[in-house]
Amino acid sequence: MRFRKQLAASALALSLLGLGAPRAHAQAAAQEQYFPLQSYRVGPYAAGGTGFFGGFIDYMNLINLRDGGVNGVKLSWSECETQYIVEQGVECYQRLKTHVPAPSAWNPLSVGIAYAMIPGITADKVPLITIDHGRTDSTDGAVFPYVFPLLMNPYSETSAIVNFIGSRIGGDDKLAGKSIVVLYHGSPYGKETIPIYQLLAKKYGFTLNQIEVPDPGTEQEAQWLEIRRIHPDYVVLRGWGVMNPVALKTAQKTGFPADHIIGNVWSNSEEDARPAGEAAKGYIALTTQATGTSYPVIQQIENTVYAAGKGDMADKSRIGSVYYNLGVVNGILNVEAVRIAQAKFGEQTLTGDQVRWGFEHLDLDPDRVKALGAAGLFHSINVTCSDHEGHGLVTFQQWDGTQWHRISDWIAPDWSLLRPIIEASANKYAAQNGITPRDCGKQVASN
Amino acid sequence: MARLNPSHAAIVLFLVMALGVPFIPSNYIFDAILTPLLAISLAGLGLNLLAGYAGQVSLGSSAFMAVGAFTAYNFLLRVPGLPLLAALLLAGVVTAAFGVLFGLPSLRLKGFYLAISTLAAQFFVQWALTNFAWFSGGDTSGVITTPPLFIGPIAIDTPVKRYLLSLFVVAVLTLIATRLVAGRAGREFIAIRDNELAARVLGVKILRTKLFACAVSSFYIGVAGALWAFLYLQTVEPAGFDLDRSFEILFVIIIGGLASIRGAFLGAAFIVVLPLLLSRAGAAVFGATFDSGLVDIIEKIILGVLIIVFLRAEPAGLSALVARIKRGRGLALPTTKITGNFS
Repeated sequence: MRFRKQLAASALALSLLGLGAPRAHAQAAAQEQYFPLQSYRVGPYAAGGTGFFGGFIDYMNLINLRDGGVNGVKLSWSECETQYIVEQGVECYQRLKTHVPAPSAWNPLSVGIAYAMIPGITADKVPLITIDHGRTDSTDGAVFPYVFPLLMNPYSETSAIVNFIGSRIGGDDKLAGKSIVVLYHGSPYGKETIPIYQLLAKKYGFTLNQIEVPDPGTEQEAQWLEIRRIHPDYVVLRGWGVMNPVALKTAQKTGFPADHIIGNVWSNSEEDARPAGEAAKGYIALTTQATGTSYPVIQQIENTVYAAGKGDMADKSRIGSVYYNLGVVNGILNVEAVRIAQAKFGEQTLTGDQVRWGFEHLDLDPDRVKALGAAGLFHSINVTCSDHEGHGLVTFQQWDGTQWHRISDWIAPDWSLLRPIIEASANKYAAQNGITPRDCGKQVASN
Repeated sequence: MARLNPSHAAIVLFLVMALGVPFIPSNYIFDAILTPLLAISLAGLGLNLLAGYAGQVSLGSSAFMAVGAFTAYNFLLRVPGLPLLAALLLAGVVTAAFGVLFGLPSLRLKGFYLAISTLAAQFFVQWALTNFAWFSGGDTSGVITTPPLFIGPIAIDTPVKRYLLSLFVVAVLTLIATRLVAGRAGREFIAIRDNELAARVLGVKILRTKLFACAVSSFYIGVAGALWAFLYLQTVEPAGFDLDRSFEILFVIIIGGLASIRGAFLGAAFIVVLPLLLSRAGAAVFGATFDSGLVDIIEKIILGVLIIVFLRAEPAGLSALVARIKRGRGLALPTTKITGNFS
């Protein structure tokens, strides 16, 4: 009995300790802007999580150490581990949303968690950032005022890949009669772009085969034999996690050249190419941010944050990798949204709704990007009420066996072609959920 | 002390849970702890009817939850003006039909073989939901957000309302379950579990009883899936109902206690709430100094150790542990064998 009483007592103590947690986090800082981080540092997707959230945290640390915050308002954050699992991400959201001061923006870097948060964050009036991914139709800010798929949504990505293949063979008009295979991950994420590839195939007249690889994608012999039979000019790899290196290795076995495989944004990291070894040499992938450490902002992080011993990356050699640099770019976009919102609402702790206004007016032209020390890291962004993606440009990189090299200019997706489909989908969502879309024309006039 | 009738005990407990609402200060407790706890408890209860009482082990619980969630979603989407409770009921009915279909192998297979055959349901459902966009309302990505919910004119839009609705549904179904297992059906389930041949000799209709157990169990799990998707996550995604969740529900009843109504609730509390408490304690104590990933791994180790300690202390599950504690304090309980009592 004594043992049980002790057990009960310790359970009770644990629970009291646990439930008191949010108050323990809240400090009576003068002015601070708080970012809840639903990070994933363990589990199958830890490589992406540690890189992305490491870069994001390092950039916020840079702003605090170098500039003393954003116009004197310090940035603060706390982490909650999700393991990329939707339920855990939702629990983290519920745990952190009552934080004082209130969250500025959510950055879960997970489609599933983002979907689950949309009703909640819309009611809370706090923006949700899904950089490079997310619900494509949330690009329509009239229907999704609080959701921002910044830089690139899945449809833009698809269009940019097809345009890039066009440029490799001497122009979009040469696409007619060519053959493209899309090898996609058998998940909601993988399937999201199926109709867009069909649309583009019709528009440019190429032959299209879309082949599914069931999750997790460790066996792809059948798919690559099928590809060998089709004998396509290009294979687009729309992969995820372990599926990517396996695809590259299997391609080599079946004799398909790596430099005719084009990876999408979730098949573009060092962790996707390196495990494939020699087979990955020549492999090409899309990205919205370049790799490397040559950009002033990355060097300042090394010289300021890491010199002060406040760096987040346990493995310093990963600074400058794809996921890390994406985290830094994400940090820049979040911080600049706060700065733009401060210009309107004052240099103080802002509410989530005020930061949302900042995101909706996030306009960083190449000159501003250069001033931020990120010229060449990413191109530019211009978010508006109706366009929550912000016309981000993409670039392509090639793997040389040890690192990525940029091989293309900044490429613009065909936004005008995609816009009607996005609006149709957004309006359908609005009808199903009883949402009256905002009038974005009026918004511009009133602001 | 007079012995409390199991149904009355349940009624008292649920009344306390409903009347306690004003005393719980934070929405977090409703949204992140109590609502998912109720949904998982109900799923555990459903599986316990099949596995604990009738002895038919299933690894398809998560698939049945998915069927329930997507059924409710499609009815709400395609039948305008359908009341939410009717959609929940239909979710249960469709899942029950589905459960009977996948329960047919139980007539020939037993034990582990049956468990493996229920895996078919798991894989088939996930495959079907990912590959036919019709199920997710034409959304290409297959992930859907639940529409606004109403009970008559009342919008179910706050954590407390979502919790109370879950509580109502779970309470009603739990009371029905206590009646069911205390009655003829429950005794027939147990007879089949303990000795199928003897049950047949006693005049239990094996075929009908097994399929009935599948149907009832699936009904409960389907409703649980709809509660999970609509009142807790507010999103439905096929990948969320994977094999891991099936295992989780199986662990709920193993840790909570097989063939016990209360075991499902205790097991769900252990599986759902304890990791959260550990994670919050970990964040409060070590959050500032350690990597959140490291803290998470340590929590997993502690949880694993606790499971071993609990099962060592009482191999028949938390339900038996509670019963023993009660006896230790002199409550006049009859010596219980594993039966369908709520006590």
